[in-house]
Order: sequence, then C-alpha cells, then structure tokens
Amino acid sequence: MTVPSLGKDLLGLEPLSREQIQLILDTAEPFKEVSERAIKKVPALRGKTIVNLFFEASTRTRISFEFAEKRLSADTVNVAAQGSSVQKGENLVDTARNLESMRIDMVVIRHPSSGAAQFLAERIRSNVINGGDGMHEHPTQALLDMLTIRDRFNRIEGLRVCICGDIAHSRVARSNIWGLTKLGAEVAVCGPQSLMPGAIEELGVTVFRRIEEAIEWADVLNVMRLQLERMEAGYIPSLREYYRVFGVTLERLERAPRDVLILHPGPMNRGVEIDSRVADGPHSVILDQVTNGVAVRMAVLYLLAGGRPELAEAAKGDRGGGA
Amino acid sequence: MTPPERKVLLDASGVAKTLERISRDIVGLAGGTNNLVLIGIQRRGSDLAQRLAHMIGEKRGQDVPLGVMDITLYRDDLQTVGPRPVVGETRLPQDLDHKWIVIVDDVLYTGRTIRAALDQLADFGRPARIGLAVLVDRGGRELPIQADVVGLAVKATPADRVDVLVQEQDGRDAVELVRGGES
Repeated sequence: MTVPSLGKDLLGLEPLSREQIQLILDTAEPFKEVSERAIKKVPALRGKTIVNLFFEASTRTRISFEFAEKRLSADTVNVAAQGSSVQKGENLVDTARNLESMRIDMVVIRHPSSGAAQFLAERIRSNVINGGDGMHEHPTQALLDMLTIRDRFNRIEGLRVCICGDIAHSRVARSNIWGLTKLGAEVAVCGPQSLMPGAIEELGVTVFRRIEEAIEWADVLNVMRLQLERMEAGYIPSLREYYRVFGVTLERLERAPRDVLILHPGPMNRGVEIDSRVADGPHSVILDQVTNGVAVRMAVLYLLAGGRPELAEAAKGDRGGGA
Repeated sequence: MTPPERKVLLDASGVAKTLERISRDIVGLAGGTNNLVLIGIQRRGSDLAQRLAHMIGEKRGQDVPLGVMDITLYRDDLQTVGPRPVVGETRLPQDLDHKWIVIVDDVLYTGRTIRAALDQLADFGRPARIGLAVLVDRGGRELPIQADVVGLAVKATPADRVDVLVQEQDGRDAVELVRGGES
C-alpha cells in the first residue's frame, strides 16, 4: 500500500497535494479520541524533542501545539523572542542551529516575516512546522478549519466557503484558500477593497464586495480577525464603520436562505468583525475549531515524525503477516 | 521468480468451527461471562471479537461487552517503519477496572502488537486479568508473550505470510498460508 508522505516539513498548504491534505485530516480523526481519554497521552513520539520557536505573540496556537506535543509524549521546549538571545540580535539561523546542536527533532516556528519557516527548513535537519509566517501561510489553522467544516457537512467538496475581512494581510485566509480549493470547495472572499490583495481572483476565488451577498451565497463563513493596527494605518475609516458595513451580525444571518456555519480563527474582536450573539450562537463552531486544533496538530506531528523511507525498507520483514 | 505458493489452512466452515471452539475456551478461561469483556485489535481482530461476543452472548443469554482498539500509537517502530497513517478507531467500554479482559487478534506473530495493546490497556484502567485469544499462532515470537486460546497453530517461517480473511473486510472467511509471500 502506498501512502502519501508529507516529507520533512509542513510549510504551507500551497505545496501540498489534495491527497496529502486529506491524509492529515483523516489522521486527525482518531487523535480526537485521545484527548477524550482519562489519560490523554499516547507514546507515539516518546523521546522526540520539539522546540516551539515563537517570534510573535500567540496564545492559542502555541498552547495548542504544546498540548498536541505533550499528548504524543514528546518533550517540548518553548522559546519566545522576548527574553531570549534573539533580543540580543542573534539571527534566525544561528538560533536554530544552536538549538539543533542540542539534538532536537522538530521545530514549530512562528515568525513575523513571510518565508521564515521555509528559510529555516532549508538550513536545518530537523522537521519544521510553520506556525504562521508573516502574511504567507498558517497551514495548521487552515487544516483545523477544514476539519471543523468537514465534521459538520461530512464533506468539503462542493461547499461554498467565504473568507471575510482582512484578506490582504491574512496568512489564515491564504492557507484556507489553498486548502479549500484543493479539496474542491468553492471559495469566495469578502472585505473592503483596501484589505483585498490585488489579483486575488487568480487564486480561483470569487470576490464579494458586500457582506450581504456573501452571506446569501455561502454555506460557511470564515471570519478573519481585523487587525486593529490596520485602522491606524488608514485601511479602514473606523471600527464602527467596519462593523456597520462588514460585521457578521445576527440580523444579517437571519436573512440568509440557509443556516450558515460560522468560523473564526481567534482572537475575536467582538463588535468589529463579528457580533457577540453570532460568536456565541448556534451557528458558531469557534470552540470546536479550538478542540480540532489539537487533533490536527497531533496528526501533523505524528506524520512528520515518522521514520525515513530507507529505514522502512530495511525493517519491512518486521511487518509481514500481521502481528 | 516462481510465484508464491498459496495453501488454504482453514476454509469458511473451518473458520466457523474454530471460532466456535475459541468462544467456548474463552468462557472457560474467564470462568463464565460475568466480568468478561472482549477487546478486538483493529482491524480483523475487532471483526473476530465482534463475532465471538455475539456467539457467546447468544449461547449464554447475556450481552458480552465489546471494545475495539487500535494500537498504532503504542507501537515501538515508528522510527524505523514510519507512521502507519491509517490510525484506526479506539473505542473501549467505560470501566475496565476489575474486569476479565480477553484481547482478540487474528494472527499472533512477534508479540509486539500484544505488547503495545497491554501498554495501551494500562492507560485505560486496571483490569483484574487480561487474557489473549488468537485465530492463528504462526510462531516467531520476539517477546515473552503467549496466547491463552489458540484457534490454529501454524509453523511459518519469516519468509511466509499468513493471511486471515474475514467476511467483513475481504468478503469471505479463510486462513491461508503463502509460502515465500512475505510482503
């Protein structure tokens, strides 16, 4: 049986095939159950050392990765840019090489620069997982979004998913577009012109200028966080104005022809991109996303940590004829 | 290269008779069905466990609790053979404490699967006793593990493959020995 492999790193969903994305989602399924056990731990990654290298603030992603690592029995170390030698001006590669000299196996990296994960992956032997790089990709977030959508609809193919808000600066939006289109969803984006990247249609998505149109069209809305510093930079006139024109409100959802599933990667700005009554209401699967995040990250870690093909060849005799 | 030689060890009725005997032996082993829980190892072990639970339940007029377990995450060879991405479902009865558990698998070979299963069970509870029932014991143990109930003992070399086919997965019941068929 040939099983698609993920290779050494997970840098984004753009380079992955449909089969590889499906493999991750399918592998995440049994990991959900592990987190429901009284003893939430399996020994699959025992003896592996994983460094979570976070050059940018993160609560959810970092904790989610850490839970995933611990539930697979890996040993973990968290390095934050603050309080580390990064502050003294050490560059990314030196930091990583020093860590690697301590015999680590995997690095989860979050970095404000697009391409940082790939830059690192090309220079160290350890597996590298992109936990969000600049405006490029945030693959595990998109994977958990897709798992959550699949849980609800039992499929992704043919679904209409609209990503709303700040598309231009959002790595979550970009990874979602790659992943969803590869799995056969119809993808649209909706947001102010100033927050829409140029030539976005070339990624195969539809553009809605009005949130009402998006809601009328969609099965799923994935509402991106409006980064508040964008307002200071003049992309939008005011938060109140944004909410009035683009806010996902209960009134707008009630006019939709069907129930629309609401996702948000967090942290939410209640009353800016999303109405509190929507975030906490029956349409929302925002907390399911968080639960699924741990399962998806366990799946990614597990698949990347697996052995090397040449060793698999040598050990083949071990697997013949059942147990 | 000569094609591997395939020999039928048990046909469908042979499998049925053997399972019948295994079910009797399990009840004997556990001294009845009061605390008995059957746990099948994914995938074919769980199919066999389900049938055995049904057979025992019919005969004794008492439902036998059934669990299924995938031991992939407890294997000791992730480093060398890579992950088996198809991790199956694990679904065990709520409370395993003080139970008489019989693990059911299709083939007993190196014993490593059972070692993993024992580790996994220890994370779920503290059964009173754990036994092992297998349809085929093909020898070749690498660990000090033996089955309590064996349907059929076969002398197979590492170059051979023992195929257990079950209706649920393969559309028919049979046990076949493939000489030199090591996959």
